[in-house]
Amino acid sequence: MNGQEEAFKEEAYELLTELETSLLELENNPHDMEQVGRVFRAMHTIKGSGAMFGFDAIADFTHNVETVFDLVRGGEIHVTKDLVNLTLSARDHIKDLLDGHGKEDESLETEIIASLQALLPAPEPREGTAAGVIPLDSPEEEPDVVSPLQTYMIRFCPALDLFATGTNPIPLLDELREMGECSVTPHTENLPMLEDIDPEACYIFWDIILTTDQGENAIRDVFIFVEDECDLFIDLIDNDEAFDVDEQNCDKLGEILVKRGELSGDSLDKALEEQNLLGEILVKERAVSQASVSSALAEQAAVKKQIARRREAVQNTSIRVAADKLDHLVDLVGELVTVQARLSQKATMESDPDLVSIAEEVEMLASGLRDNAMSMRMLQIGTTFSTFKRLVRDLSNDLGKQMELTTSGEETELDKTVIEKLKDPLVHIIRNSIDHGIEMPDVRKEAGKEETGTIHLAAEHAGGNVLIRIADNGKGLDPVVIRAKAVEKGLMAQDADLSEKEINNLVFAPGFSTASEVTDLSGRGVGMDVVKRSIEELGGSIDMESQKGGGTTITLKLPLTLAIIEGLLVTLGKGYFIFPLISVEECVELPRDEAGKKSGLLNVRGEMVPYIRLREEYGIDETQPELEHVVIMETNEKRVGFVVDSVVGSQQAVIKKMGNAFRNAPDISGATILGNGSVALIVDVNKILDLRF
Amino acid sequence: MTQTIMTVDDSASVRQMVSFTLKRAGYEVVEAVDGKDGLRKLAGAKINMIITDLNMPNMDGIEMIRNVRAMAQYKFIPIILLTTESQDDKKKEGKKAGATGWIIKPFKPEQLLAVVKKVLK
Repeated sequence: MNGQEEAFKEEAYELLTELETSLLELENNPHDMEQVGRVFRAMHTIKGSGAMFGFDAIADFTHNVETVFDLVRGGEIHVTKDLVNLTLSARDHIKDLLDGHGKEDESLETEIIASLQALLPAPEPREGTAAGVIPLDSPEEEPDVVSPLQTYMIRFCPALDLFATGTNPIPLLDELREMGECSVTPHTENLPMLEDIDPEACYIFWDIILTTDQGENAIRDVFIFVEDECDLFIDLIDNDEAFDVDEQNCDKLGEILVKRGELSGDSLDKALEEQNLLGEILVKERAVSQASVSSALAEQAAVKKQIARRREAVQNTSIRVAADKLDHLVDLVGELVTVQARLSQKATMESDPDLVSIAEEVEMLASGLRDNAMSMRMLQIGTTFSTFKRLVRDLSNDLGKQMELTTSGEETELDKTVIEKLKDPLVHIIRNSIDHGIEMPDVRKEAGKEETGTIHLAAEHAGGNVLIRIADNGKGLDPVVIRAKAVEKGLMAQDADLSEKEINNLVFAPGFSTASEVTDLSGRGVGMDVVKRSIEELGGSIDMESQKGGGTTITLKLPLTLAIIEGLLVTLGKGYFIFPLISVEECVELPRDEAGKKSGLLNVRGEMVPYIRLREEYGIDETQPELEHVVIMETNEKRVGFVVDSVVGSQQAVIKKMGNAFRNAPDISGATILGNGSVALIVDVNKILDLRF
Repeated sequence: MTQTIMTVDDSASVRQMVSFTLKRAGYEVVEAVDGKDGLRKLAGAKINMIITDLNMPNMDGIEMIRNVRAMAQYKFIPIILLTTESQDDKKKEGKKAGATGWIIKPFKPEQLLAVVKKVLK
């Protein structure tokens, strides 16, 4: 900034010379308003730029002169010889300050200020910055108050001519999104018919539900430029102080609409009588618009979430239980579920209504008990995440790199065993990111990136799975280097035609390591293949995306728990088999003309899918049924069909480990006992494919 | 695509500071010394946003905004007015002339960037 300070000084000297000329001119010709304007502008610029470049003393002092000349400009004070003299001495003082001395002359400064202030019309004290609208307090000026999370309903109705001032509402909404959890519903009901539309007018208004720890003023600040051109309603719909743990207190959809005056109580009652989905009815009856309903639903969801979050905080008292006790409980519950299934089947066969109703009750209780027992084993992944903060800090210090670990989704829950087994692979991936991914600060700077690299750890639920993402903004993988390495190590043919993604995924191949030097951290031969294997042992999958220069993202897909899987039960001959339901895409019939073949390709709605005949795979030679079925599975982003005799249906399977006697059957990952007491084998689809291809 | 911002100010140091800050944040910057100069440089150029001072010789910020808004190409671009706190009525006048928002002088680089982010998509 030194160059800029110089520039300011140079300019200020020029202005002071100009100022002197103007003042002398003014002395001869006190009514020359043009000269007054010049004096004012010179003072104004010195003050404004002075404060910006750190010459606060000059800015403060000049402020006094500027104030007086503002009044002169307005005709409230007249130019006198005294004023000119005073201003000239003020000018000289500013020059002294610029030269770097004059600090010792504090008495002179006070004297000038006092004389200037004496010229001001009596006691109208200047409105300081406090009363002015200063939208942009720099953050350090704000007291660091941690306020509780509050949920606001904001309605932003811009005036029709909003665009006339060049205002774009989208960045404003984005700004709100950055303040916290936010859902935005646009209302289009004010849009006129096409022929009446003025394309330069803004007809849309927005409802925003925002949960934030910043106050109402911070929200108003977002709209500071448009406050005169919009109707802005900000309503606190829920806050920490006034909360009640009772969920009944959370407003119903209808109540919210009535409260907002968008729906009368009568129409609500009428709609309620029909007892259907309230929102749908109201929209159908044209009582409110779809947008109003969506917005109210968003409010409801935000409040519910908020209440749930607090309840969690309230009930966060816990007791410690030995892990093996929990494991035993889960085992017992597993057995109970099996027995219950048998009971249900028996009850249906006996067709005894009393027994059936008992069986149904037991079923309900058992599934409740199972869910409960499972949830006891669930831990939040956040604790694991936080241990990595230290790892990143220490390693980056050792390597002289700058980096930061950010996390999201800490509250995502995973089975305890999964979390424990996940830690080592995660450490390995993060070390890799730090060592190979993030560049040295100077390299980053040259590449136009921030010197501090980021590694982001994120967890989220996706169906019955949890996705964990490790993203860094480092240098990414270089497909050319990886290709060369892979060819050198004999992992791929010289001329193989692979996509960039396929090449990147070669780093998971056994015996692959790209670091040309072995460092302390990685490149010790324990490669990503080990990571991949441990993730697959957990029933998950790993995927990598990378952009050269842009960073690498590794995504782990993991099952919630290892103890139970949702499976698809199929039969083959007299035996039962279970496929993991998460990878099942669909079931189709095998066309008769394919029946004789051992394996082949199947046309599923235009896409060719290879299939495998499990009968051959498992050597089942009982008579083949008339019609066979194909279960289409998606694994590793490829679709493969498995031909089976019949598909029974979905089944929750409590996984039992197979004994040592079965170690030569790697494609069977376990077994489960069915309701009728028979055993079903759980098929490990990935292993079958690995064995075959 | 890189966006271009015009800074209009009779003070070279303010121009330099605005220009330095914006360039470092990845914007292209065009400088103009007053309203007249600004209008001349707008014609035929592709400017995405204007940051203009209020008090300038030849043509002040408000008159410039009025003229800019009359140009079809710049009817809807964001225009930010630099003012001091003593000019509340000027702020209103600027708004009426078509200014999108304002920054109160003195300001710090990060405040400038925050406002640009607020109005420029």
